[in-house]
Amino acid sequence: MRRALYLLPLLLFLVVVGYFALSLRPGYDPQVLPSVMIDKEAPPFDLATLQGSGTVSLDALKGHPVVINFFASWCVPCRIEHPLLMRLAQQDHVPLYGIAYKDPAADASRLLGRLGDPYRGVGLDLDGRVGLDFGVYGVPETYVIDATGHIRKRFVGPLTEAVVDHELLPLLRQLGRS
Amino acid sequence: MISRRRRTKAGSATRKIWLPIVAIGFLLAAHALAVEPSERLANPALEARARAISAGLRCLVCQNESIDDSQAGLAHDIRMLVRRRLSAGDTDAQTIQAVVARYGDFVLLKPPVEPATYLLWFGPAALLGIGLAGIAVWLRRRPATVEAATPLNQMERERLDKLMNEGQG
Repeated sequence: MRRALYLLPLLLFLVVVGYFALSLRPGYDPQVLPSVMIDKEAPPFDLATLQGSGTVSLDALKGHPVVINFFASWCVPCRIEHPLLMRLAQQDHVPLYGIAYKDPAADASRLLGRLGDPYRGVGLDLDGRVGLDFGVYGVPETYVIDATGHIRKRFVGPLTEAVVDHELLPLLRQLGRS
Repeated sequence: MISRRRRTKAGSATRKIWLPIVAIGFLLAAHALAVEPSERLANPALEARARAISAGLRCLVCQNESIDDSQAGLAHDIRMLVRRRLSAGDTDAQTIQAVVARYGDFVLLKPPVEPATYLLWFGPAALLGIGLAGIAVWLRRRPATVEAATPLNQMERERLDKLMNEGQG
């Protein structure tokens, strides 16, 4: 019993090391927050489109799973993920919709004109209220919404090829089947 | 000569008074709040409630500042959300719930007391208790009286004397 007590500090040390190791594991970002919106109904929105005519609304998107990408022309990581969005739209035929977050129409248009437009529709969220409703705390953020309008997944920060191939596309396939 | 000395004394006394005042001024300036005049509600009671709520909500961009302190765009948006809610007649709890529904418990600078956070809330007190209990056990087990010292024998006394004398010599 006495002897075992001497091992206590070592044990405590190992617990602390365990916590450090957990925080240092590759790919872990302490800034990323889990969304509380998962499996909840997406907040309704009805936004004027970048093209000028009509609106992009949640109700109109219901019926099949869609991917909604919050982006902005002033956002540097958005440019990093942009080629991947082009691939998603052109090769994988993902129904991708954009929401320009706090971005004037002219700036968003110029960005998409220069880099290409991967979106089937782009809504203008000029004051960021739709972003606020979604719980967006930085751009880019990408949401997968199922046919009934429920949020199924949220990706914070730029998408990567690994995330797209191992999480986004499998989820969409699964949602498409059911 | 005397009058001159007096003046210097008075001058340094004034400086002594001013220094802390200026220092406090700088401190207050450093703590200037991010709430902009245009954001404030006309109703001072509502505004006071908004400020109180804002002080307890985390800015998710800076993550260690309240939205009341943060200049980030998102903090501004949440401040406006809080004020819109209050103006619409929501209670403080409803307003806070509206923000938590979007951003989760993490947005609360003071985490709620629930089973998942028991360790966080009560852990330090528990550790203190364990420590105190340990000390109590240790004090109890310690022999109450210290054994009487055995007197030096003849040989030891001689050796001690020799050492003492060496030091003096």
